Amino acid sequence: MDAALSSLSWTVSLNALCCGLFLLCAFGMVAARQVRGCLEFFIAQSVFLAASAFLLGLQPFLWHLFVVGALTVLTKILLIPWLLGRMLHEELHTRREIDQRINIPTSLLIGLALAVFAYVLTAPLLPSGDGEVARTNLPIGLAAVLLGAYTLAVRREAMPSLFGLLSMESGALLAGIAIAPDMPLIAELVGAFDVLILAFIVGLFTRAIHRHIGSTDVGRLASLREEPAP
Amino acid sequence: MSANWVLIVPAAAALLCVLPLRAPAGAAITLASAVAVLALTLDIAAQVEAGRTVVGLPGWIEADGLSALMLLVTAVVGTLAALYSWGYMAHTPARPWAVRGYYANLNLFLLSMLAVPLIVEPNVVWTAVELTTLLSVMLVAFENTREAVEAAWKYVVLTIMGASIALLGILVLYWAMKEAGGSEFTWAGLRAVAPQMAPRRVELAFLLILVGFGAKVGLVPLHTWLPDAHSQAPSPVCALLSGVETSSVLYVILRLLPILRAVPGQRLEAWVLAVGLISMAVAVFLLFRVRDYKRLFAISTVEHMGLILAAAGLGSSAAHFGLVWQVVTHALAKSFCFYAAGLALMATGTREISAVRGLIRTSAPAGAAMLLGGLAIAGAPPFAVFLSEFTIFRAGLADGHYVATGLLIALIALAFFGIMAPINRMVFGASDGAPDAGQGLPRTCLAAAALGAALVIVLGIYVPAPLHTLLRLAADVLGA
Repeated sequence: MDAALSSLSWTVSLNALCCGLFLLCAFGMVAARQVRGCLEFFIAQSVFLAASAFLLGLQPFLWHLFVVGALTVLTKILLIPWLLGRMLHEELHTRREIDQRINIPTSLLIGLALAVFAYVLTAPLLPSGDGEVARTNLPIGLAAVLLGAYTLAVRREAMPSLFGLLSMESGALLAGIAIAPDMPLIAELVGAFDVLILAFIVGLFTRAIHRHIGSTDVGRLASLREEPAP
Repeated sequence: MSANWVLIVPAAAALLCVLPLRAPAGAAITLASAVAVLALTLDIAAQVEAGRTVVGLPGWIEADGLSALMLLVTAVVGTLAALYSWGYMAHTPARPWAVRGYYANLNLFLLSMLAVPLIVEPNVVWTAVELTTLLSVMLVAFENTREAVEAAWKYVVLTIMGASIALLGILVLYWAMKEAGGSEFTWAGLRAVAPQMAPRRVELAFLLILVGFGAKVGLVPLHTWLPDAHSQAPSPVCALLSGVETSSVLYVILRLLPILRAVPGQRLEAWVLAVGLISMAVAVFLLFRVRDYKRLFAISTVEHMGLILAAAGLGSSAAHFGLVWQVVTHALAKSFCFYAAGLALMATGTREISAVRGLIRTSAPAGAAMLLGGLAIAGAPPFAVFLSEFTIFRAGLADGHYVATGLLIALIALAFFGIMAPINRMVFGASDGAPDAGQGLPRTCLAAAALGAALVIVLGIYVPAPLHTLLRLAADVLGA
């Protein structure tokens, strides 16, 4: 047992810690009561994603993962919060409860079930070695993708929906740095650019929705449907 | 070289459209760019038919039979949509800067749709698919009404959510390829190492991509955004969204099928047929509840995407031929339907089915176009869709898929009534409106609709030999 532990490099153990905290932040976004809290959990989650990318890039040295980490810091930690702060200052800082279709304790239980499901789905694919980073990153990445989708389904506010979308992308990326560390760089660069356009466009729509319905409660956007309106 | 120019021309046109030029400049530039792209794609198709693989940038930009077909379809619909936009935008009250933005955005949207079949590296293809959403969402919201913004919001949230799921699928696919000893992450490279890939990994990858991109194709249960977005956008944009955007994302799923089939011990193939049939059934059910004629055509897109996926599930080479033929006929017929719907909207000013009666008397061109469009998309005999659907049925029966083919025929027959009953009332119903002989309908819109109608009718009677060869080559890519 001791021998097995010491053979694990410190980067792998630290990476496992980062992944755990990454997942915790995904749960935090499900549980946050205010828009501001959602944003903070999203930024923290991006920090752990970047940390995981830097750690995996250290040993063996892969400069490629440093680029992924740096892009995450640049887009998700610096540019997107700055952009949203400029576009939607009141939206991010008002102190009010977010309307939610399913209450928070139930949501957390469903989230837990989703995380277990992600592990069950990926368990047969995982390599068996203790030092394999895919063993932590792939199930947690998939769990974050599912939790993000769940957030989108139950949160009826524009900004938490955006953080749900962005954290789904982060989840895919967290799995990607472990299972596909040598992806062509162009994909990462264009992907980072995509995320920026996405945040900008959703910001624009949030303002348009506010103009049209007087709030950003996207759950109230329900005029398009097949049934005659009651 | 023409492969690279297909991407350079619309990018340049988008830049030109932003310049503050006089009113019809944006329309003219967009049309010129679309025609140039059409010429380039015809050149690519000719080269592919001569037995060459068209290479723009080795390992990144390449075109085989299926790519060439998708490019050609996109370019044809793009050209007609550009022509239609000319009159439609002149008819729509909008600020000059908004119109310039519209044309710049339209060129970029076309660029992203042309990039999907041209690029062979799945990760970059994913980016192109994501860009098709991000570059079309402002077009969906162009009219800036509450409904248009609602439609655009649902569109961007659901399709980007799907794209993130698909991204994970593509990364897992890369992992499976690396573990199997492959080095080239392209469609061809994947196909080469598929027999060595771990079946469970490929299954997970395919499942994630089917669910993720399925949201963008409009496969049930993630289809709910599609009738909203495809009905609220300006009509030429609807034609592109419904006619080619859905198929070009479905193309990515189709590209994976030969890879999936080459993996020993995979169990997912039956799912493809089932998902296709379920999508068709739900769409047919929705067709009978619809109140808005643009939504009617949008829901019919869900039905046709289901049909194309079901044809892929049938799996024989005859079914693949029917499938690629169906992609072509659906794109032409559906885009024509939206040109017709745009004419009806300009003539009557309403999207409500119940508010439009006797269209053939109040506005003859709009009424005739609606009737032709309905018949064409529902698959009535002299039109091209009938031929492609018939090819799929025959292939299904020849392989002994009696239950599945029977369901397909029953659903298409139901859809025929679901589409034609409201259209019949709109076109021939008793009305008290005065005839105005379609005055005020823009000439470029009428021209685009006439060209679209001509294509749907001519291809229903006669398939030119080069097109037949290209269809055969495209079907071969999907494997036997």
